[in-house]
Amino acid sequence: MSAVLQNLIDQPYKHGFVTEIEADTAPRGLSEDTIRLISHKKNEPEWLLDFRLKAYRHWLTMTEPTWPNVSYPKIDFQDIIYYSAPKPKTKLQSLDEVDPELLRTFAKLGVPMHEQKALAGVAVDVIFDSVSVTTTYKQKLAEVGIIFCSMSEAVHDHPELVRKYLGSVVPTTDNFYAALNSAVFTDGSFCYIPRGVRCPMELSTYFRINTQESGQFERTLIVAEERSYVSYLEGCTAPKFDTNQLHAAVVELVALDDAEIKYSTVQNWYAGDENGVGGIYNFVTKRGLCKGINSKISWTQVETGSAITWKYPSCILLGDNSVGEFYSVALTNHRQQADTGTKMIHVGRNTRSRIISKGISAGTSNNSYRGLVKIGPRADGARNFSQCDSMLIGSACNASTFPYIQVDNNSAKVEHEASTSKIGEDQLFYFQSRGIDMEQAVSMIINGFVKDVFTQLPMEFAVEASNLLGLKLEGSVG
Amino acid sequence: MKNANAKNLLEVRNLSARIGGVEILKGIDLVVKAGEVHAIMGPNGSGKSTFSKVLAGHPAYEVVSGEAIFDGRNLLELPPEERARAGLFLSFQYPVEIPGVANTQFLRLAYNTVQGGRGKDELDPLEFDDFVREKMKLLDMDPGFLDRSVNEGFSGGEKKRNEILQMALLEPRLAFLDETDSGLDIDALRVVAGSVNSLLTPDNAYVLVTHYQRLLNYIEPDYVHVMDRGRLVKTGDKALALELETRGYDWVAA
Repeated sequence: MSAVLQNLIDQPYKHGFVTEIEADTAPRGLSEDTIRLISHKKNEPEWLLDFRLKAYRHWLTMTEPTWPNVSYPKIDFQDIIYYSAPKPKTKLQSLDEVDPELLRTFAKLGVPMHEQKALAGVAVDVIFDSVSVTTTYKQKLAEVGIIFCSMSEAVHDHPELVRKYLGSVVPTTDNFYAALNSAVFTDGSFCYIPRGVRCPMELSTYFRINTQESGQFERTLIVAEERSYVSYLEGCTAPKFDTNQLHAAVVELVALDDAEIKYSTVQNWYAGDENGVGGIYNFVTKRGLCKGINSKISWTQVETGSAITWKYPSCILLGDNSVGEFYSVALTNHRQQADTGTKMIHVGRNTRSRIISKGISAGTSNNSYRGLVKIGPRADGARNFSQCDSMLIGSACNASTFPYIQVDNNSAKVEHEASTSKIGEDQLFYFQSRGIDMEQAVSMIINGFVKDVFTQLPMEFAVEASNLLGLKLEGSVG
Repeated sequence: MKNANAKNLLEVRNLSARIGGVEILKGIDLVVKAGEVHAIMGPNGSGKSTFSKVLAGHPAYEVVSGEAIFDGRNLLELPPEERARAGLFLSFQYPVEIPGVANTQFLRLAYNTVQGGRGKDELDPLEFDDFVREKMKLLDMDPGFLDRSVNEGFSGGEKKRNEILQMALLEPRLAFLDETDSGLDIDALRVVAGSVNSLLTPDNAYVLVTHYQRLLNYIEPDYVHVMDRGRLVKTGDKALALELETRGYDWVAA
């Protein structure tokens, strides 16, 4: 039976092609000169160069974290290309000027770049290696005062906002990869929702790594002013290479009084082959600050790709009555390793958080949930509920749970539930004995298992995510 | 005896099977004709459940020798889902729980798959809902079971009703009912047996697998077989079941 199951979960990666495109690439390696070059190429103001250099100098004093439950050979940071952009890098006036090769690439990936062909109601910022290629629906959003553009543009067009919030949630000194990102980030998305505005469409960023030796270091910043609301989605793919590429992103969210940010990720970076050769190292810092009272930040992630995932989308619940949520599906197959989870830091009174984590391990993969729930001394009446479920497919994979709970307030209520299950021979036989084949049975069981998380995804992407899990785990989803 | 001219639905010849190197079935012969009800009785561990699981195609068992012809097809060559589509049904002694999968979704997929295999129309969720609720009435089942996960948190009796509900939906040619009476109280047994009886036609057949004679008061068998240590050692009519009830299995096995 395990052989049949294994066949079901061994579907090829369909985004693994490389785009032949001329690139403007910085020399390999990292030094202050590299950083000055990046800053110069992007024509950045002095304060941003200082921000980068400060981060870099601090990074030099830091060491890579060794506590995650993953293993990989030491990364040679001098062997990475820190800047790679498709030519021409002159500012484009319209999508018609975009290299047709790029358009074809994203069409092949199913990413809508032409507004008229776009998914109804989704604006997309498209990032290829180090730069943003285009942002759709910018005009329409500007009509209600929403700023949605690439980080590079934001630095020039809205420097006061970027300067105020960049690094305010994830400081340059926060951790090894965040410091590295702060030093070398090349592009990313910026989003600002003004007071009282409910964003009329889903905002989305699509990341594509194309160059073999390049790292991707993007930076996303979302600010939701008082009483505003935004739903944001991020998608990612990369070609198949037999070497590993580093992806070290930083995402910062800020929600002011009564504001709500919903951030969803469908991560499908190349995961390496069945022997663990190649694939993306996804070392990402994502954090949201519920700064205002009654604010809410909700993370939903569907992690199916990457050779290694190291990622803990977190919430700092500073404002009284603020709410943090984390919904996660992490699927690992072959030799993939994932150490992912969340941190919920309760600072304000009556803050609430909810964690629903679903890990699925297959092949010889290693899947860990790691989470911290911290209730500070001022957080009277704080509440947390955590549920961490693991599902094993086959008998050669691993699932671990590392929940840390730290409570410094007597009035807090913290609940943690966990379960581990295995798709068993008897379950599959039960389906089969009713005429249902094994492929549909696995699909039904997995879809049932992840249901609580998938219902959190925006409608358009729930289908995509479900298809993706289906692709990873079998041929079709019933 | 019931109808000597009826055609053979199932012919099992010299069937032997093992699990983990241990031989459980040691040469079973059995012929079931359309319209018949058979009962297989025997002590714990005699191989009754194994026999039905081997015929349904459970992957843990290995067929060592023999054959099983079902409706003219070589059953042992078919994967389990094909056997079900061909009209073989097993009501499990211990139905597994499938957390997260709604019963109604499961029932509809099973129904549509088997119907599709017969070239019949599939039902959409609304049509199916009406259809399945009618079937549930016959079994005196609460429609609330449709929205719960398959068998999850069901009592023993509720699981058995859910099995018979599936049988009623799939309309098999031949159904093995493995200890269907266990877990049912006397009222429930009457209801379940009533539906089983109402589903019997001249074209289909049942094999009841049971320890006790009790079920046979409600579903009357044409043949009673006694299984002991992997063999069918005695065959008779309903009177044999009553005799077993008073004299025990040792009498036959000895």
